[in-house]
Amino acid sequence: MLLEVKDLHAGIEGKEILTGLNLQVNKGEVHAIMGPNGSGKSTLSKVLAGHPAYEVISGEVLFEGKNLLELEPDERAREGVFMAFQYPVEVPGVSNSQFLRLAYNEKMKHHGQEELDPLEFNDYLKEKAKIVEMDPQFFKRSVNEGFSGGEKKRNEILQMAVLNPKLAILDETDSGLDIDALRIVAEGVNKLRSSDNAVILVTHYQRLLNYIQPDFVHVLANGKIVKEGGKELAVELEEKGYDWVKAASK
Amino acid sequence: MRDVLANYIPQERSEIFVMVSSIAVKETKFREELRALVERQNDPRLGDLRERAFKHFAAEGFPTLKDEDWKYTNVASAANGEWSVSEGVNEQQLSEIDIEILSRFEFDRNGFTALNLAFADVRIVRIAKETSLDEPIEFTFEGENGKATFPHIIVIAEAGSKATIVETYSSNAKSFTNAAVQVIVEDDASITHYRVQKDSPEAFNYGVTEVTLRSGSSYDSTNINLGGGLSRHDIEVKFTAEGGEAWVDGLYMLNGSQHHDTHSIIDHTVPNCLSHQNYRGVLNDKSRAVFNGKVFVRENASGTDAQQQNKNLLLSNDARVDTKPQLEIFNDDVKCSHGATVGQLEEEELFYLLTRGLPETLARNLLTYGFAEEIINKIAIEAIKSELDSMVLNRLEAVI
Repeated sequence: MLLEVKDLHAGIEGKEILTGLNLQVNKGEVHAIMGPNGSGKSTLSKVLAGHPAYEVISGEVLFEGKNLLELEPDERAREGVFMAFQYPVEVPGVSNSQFLRLAYNEKMKHHGQEELDPLEFNDYLKEKAKIVEMDPQFFKRSVNEGFSGGEKKRNEILQMAVLNPKLAILDETDSGLDIDALRIVAEGVNKLRSSDNAVILVTHYQRLLNYIQPDFVHVLANGKIVKEGGKELAVELEEKGYDWVKAASK
Repeated sequence: MRDVLANYIPQERSEIFVMVSSIAVKETKFREELRALVERQNDPRLGDLRERAFKHFAAEGFPTLKDEDWKYTNVASAANGEWSVSEGVNEQQLSEIDIEILSRFEFDRNGFTALNLAFADVRIVRIAKETSLDEPIEFTFEGENGKATFPHIIVIAEAGSKATIVETYSSNAKSFTNAAVQVIVEDDASITHYRVQKDSPEAFNYGVTEVTLRSGSSYDSTNINLGGGLSRHDIEVKFTAEGGEAWVDGLYMLNGSQHHDTHSIIDHTVPNCLSHQNYRGVLNDKSRAVFNGKVFVRENASGTDAQQQNKNLLLSNDARVDTKPQLEIFNDDVKCSHGATVGQLEEEELFYLLTRGLPETLARNLLTYGFAEEIINKIAIEAIKSELDSMVLNRLEAVI
């Protein structure tokens, strides 16, 4: 099993948000985590990525059988956990290609594999950029600085393509995207999904799932998963709204 | 000299006596050197100017912590040092107009500016009307051990001309550089000015830049301060006609016990001019910086667009910055903003880099580098930019 979350209780600033969450993800699977605002979707993403403001109260998270929670965020990343941010951060003064090469090489170094020099990396990056239809002009620009919402999200998927994670958590990647950007981002994810990796899509709306077909849909309410099913569950949610699940969970 | 004597005379009173007498000796020494210079040059108009400036220096002395504009910057170590005046490199004959421009230099700002004019080693560059220079005009100053130098550059960009000035200080020694630059940008002319101070940490560097902007002219300056044990840069921009634009940006990046002070004055006396200022500081170890930026928007200056920003990054608990952005507006029809920040790296930015697998030290260095690069990236001359790039990386002991 790639990821196993067992009875996870976690929160922020002393407030418990996840109240006993269980989740199992195998390689080759795409899981959608859906839920109303405040249900704990973002908290789950942040806890898995290791955000320092979030506190794990109890429970376990195993990644390839190892305790993920005792790893620093950068160690998790090098082990193959990737989170695409809902609000990607701007890093002025640092070029996209510089940043990506450093990140890529840190991962290679960690796995005892060969690092790429700037020229080699540039070729690699150009290939990957095709996946999200990104113009190489963006390589020289500062990370996310002055990017539109759609460009930022495409840049997140480009990073995913470059780092080739085992587990990608896409936190509300569909929010704020117009249809064209949504299509490009979704197609990018579809090209990257394989039998060697897994994707967790965290989303409020079913819209993204029209483009990326999940194998499993989990509905989160009040910090735990209250309903699970296949992709048809997402359609049902879209029709009936979240109140139906919330009511059913009581 | 003073230190040696003080060791032999332990009583407090005697120490004071030694100090006072050493200043008097120094002044006499400067006076003798000035006399020799004036005699050698044998130019009465210039000689008068020098004597007048020296008289001001003799009366005022070097600034002290009691002066409001110097309250965070103690120059006693430079003022009390033993310096001999190095001979001017350039003794070109000055025309009547040159002397007139030189006489407009505000030597009475402080003791340094007065002493600069007294010993001014004048270099004048005139960019002819409607001329665009492809190559930058470069001035490089390498101080010598125990020597005081007084470069005085005058750049006149005639109407419609365009040029880049590169002013570099790279002393390897315990030197005392006291420089002044007068830039006059005439109608519709445009000047790009890079000032790079990368003296050795033993050096003392004072510099003043006086900029006068005429109608529709533009002045874009980037002031980089990486060197010097004790350094200060004063910059003053005056708009004298409508439509002038000035960008005054800078970076000071300090470590060890370095001290840097930037004081700027942007004076909007006429309508419809623009001034944008972006100064950044990166301070490590026990370094210390001062930023004081005054922007005046006078009664007459409607349509002014004035922005000023000073951001500082403190990398150590012992570093300190005193920043004071000041905006004085006497007209309602203006667009003005100013602000200053002092802080550490943004936690969200740091987390973002960590989630991409960068180890924390590298992530911090990369963010700091990016913070500094925002200023350095302005520099359009690749050789200078890449040298500064590597200097910044060296400071961070980072390989990027």
